[in-house]
Amino acid sequence: MSATAVDTRPPAPDDAPGRGSLSAETGRARAWRWLREHAVNVVAILVVIYLLVPIVVIFVFSFNNPAGRYNFTWVGFTLKHWSHPFSDTELTKAMLTSIKLALLATVVSTVIGTMMAIALVRHKFVGRRIANFLIVIPMATPEVVMGASLLSFFLILGTPALGFETLLIAHVMFCISFVVVVVRSRLIGFDRSLEEAAKDLGAGPFTTFRLVTFPLILPGIFGGAMLAFALSIDDFVISNFNSGTTVTFPLYIFGAAQRGIPVEVYVVAMILFFGTVAAMGLVTWQQRRAEKMTAIRPEQEASDIVLPGVA
Amino acid sequence: MIDAIRRRTPAYLLLAPGTLWLVVFFVIPLYFMAKLSLDTEIPGTLHYRFTWEWSNYKEALELYDTQFGRSFIYAGIATILCLIIAYPLAYVIAFKAGRWRNLMLFAVVAPFFTTYLVRTLAWKTILSNESPITEVLHAIGLAPSGHILYTGFAVIAGITYNFLPFMVLPLYASLERIDVRVLEASKDLYASASSTFWKVTLPLSLPGVVAGTLLTFIPAVGDYVNAEFLGGANNRMIGNVIQSLYLTQSDYSAAAALSFVLMAVIMVVVFIYIRFAGSEALMGEEAV
Repeated sequence: MSATAVDTRPPAPDDAPGRGSLSAETGRARAWRWLREHAVNVVAILVVIYLLVPIVVIFVFSFNNPAGRYNFTWVGFTLKHWSHPFSDTELTKAMLTSIKLALLATVVSTVIGTMMAIALVRHKFVGRRIANFLIVIPMATPEVVMGASLLSFFLILGTPALGFETLLIAHVMFCISFVVVVVRSRLIGFDRSLEEAAKDLGAGPFTTFRLVTFPLILPGIFGGAMLAFALSIDDFVISNFNSGTTVTFPLYIFGAAQRGIPVEVYVVAMILFFGTVAAMGLVTWQQRRAEKMTAIRPEQEASDIVLPGVA
Repeated sequence: MIDAIRRRTPAYLLLAPGTLWLVVFFVIPLYFMAKLSLDTEIPGTLHYRFTWEWSNYKEALELYDTQFGRSFIYAGIATILCLIIAYPLAYVIAFKAGRWRNLMLFAVVAPFFTTYLVRTLAWKTILSNESPITEVLHAIGLAPSGHILYTGFAVIAGITYNFLPFMVLPLYASLERIDVRVLEASKDLYASASSTFWKVTLPLSLPGVVAGTLLTFIPAVGDYVNAEFLGGANNRMIGNVIQSLYLTQSDYSAAAALSFVLMAVIMVVVFIYIRFAGSEALMGEEAV
């Protein structure tokens, strides 16, 4: 908030002409002015707190020691759920199914989505508007409609059985659009002279892609993959329609909500939270490094490139 | 000519898998659902026959018109609340946060890292009768009965919280793109802070407002997790109805008809909205 800190300096002498009885007045006026100038900051901080409160609640309640089967009111502190987070075999199995499903869906949708993004940004072809529309429309469709229509499809076709395979089909389907959007935004901001330089230096199209294009759009691909993973592991609505008897983590929670929620759910949710935060931190750090590498300008000395710290 | 075709081939090859996947598992299922919504069940079996049965639509809408209307009202209120809550935050992140920017952006997406269902369960705790929040709201007269859980208020609160990041992020993206010099120019021309906001900042951030409201409203209308966990029997939304018709009552035709009407109404709302607000926001940037 360095930009606003400047505004907090005391009012100019003209505003505070006297001392004594007047200073209380100016004090109040000053407080009023400070509040008026910083009202939007105060509101923003309150909104940030609002966003974080449920996360804190989940964290706190993962240490709860409830008497009954429900973990909604605070009873007492215990570490027992954190020391055995995977004691519930059903929950652990659901979590592993979710992870396996999310990994597979991420790989498939990232490969397919990246290919689509490259085609859409780099090539002019008949039907590009239709392709763009096809990508936008699943994002503008409520999940319940997507889940229901896919179930209708599987029912009418009489596919063998709903289960892991149908879940994978569904998850890849709703992840593709998001991957395309993320990778496309990275490709749009891409300096094409780098590719031309590679071509001028005698690299073929495949070598150019492998050594120049791919490393440069990698952060975008990574971002798309992360988003796909997050969407897949968290999906409940579409999965609920197409899971058959397969149980994922969100489906387990929904089922458990009717008969009582074990505290381990909160523990696993927190483990997932910290894992994602750590992965995000790592990707951001990697991306910053990559950006530093691409930010090297031609006029820079070779020594600067080798030792970026040397001025 | 041959060269042009050769240059174009990889484009179609690159597009093929994704297009195929989306057509087979998104477009064709929608067609199948449309067909199912006009089918009649052959009595005694679980089989259906296509009969142009428009009465499916009539019956479904007559039975579930309250849930339908409620979904749009809840989603509409939640979207407006999201806009009011998100705008100051997006504004501060874009113009005032400085080195706190990344940390604040992290706070915006952090809820996504906790499982959707678990954070909705957390709201069950926050809004329970014993919670201090409920007591405060009761004390100031906002919750006269002394309980919030299992009311429409709780459902709207849950929806507002769960979809807030969808509002903040596009708002932030469009605010961040505004050239600060334009705002300075407005000040230099003696516009007050409030008229700078209403006449310059807000109009320039309109694409973000459009994208944010759509990204919040569309999933909110179809949502049924919040109504399931936080609402009571009188707060069921259309998503709950579609879900139970499909998965427990096996009344596929009625459920398909409802899904279709839901999608059609959303399309109409989105179309009207875009006509008024401009389309750049939804379609995103065109390729170079």
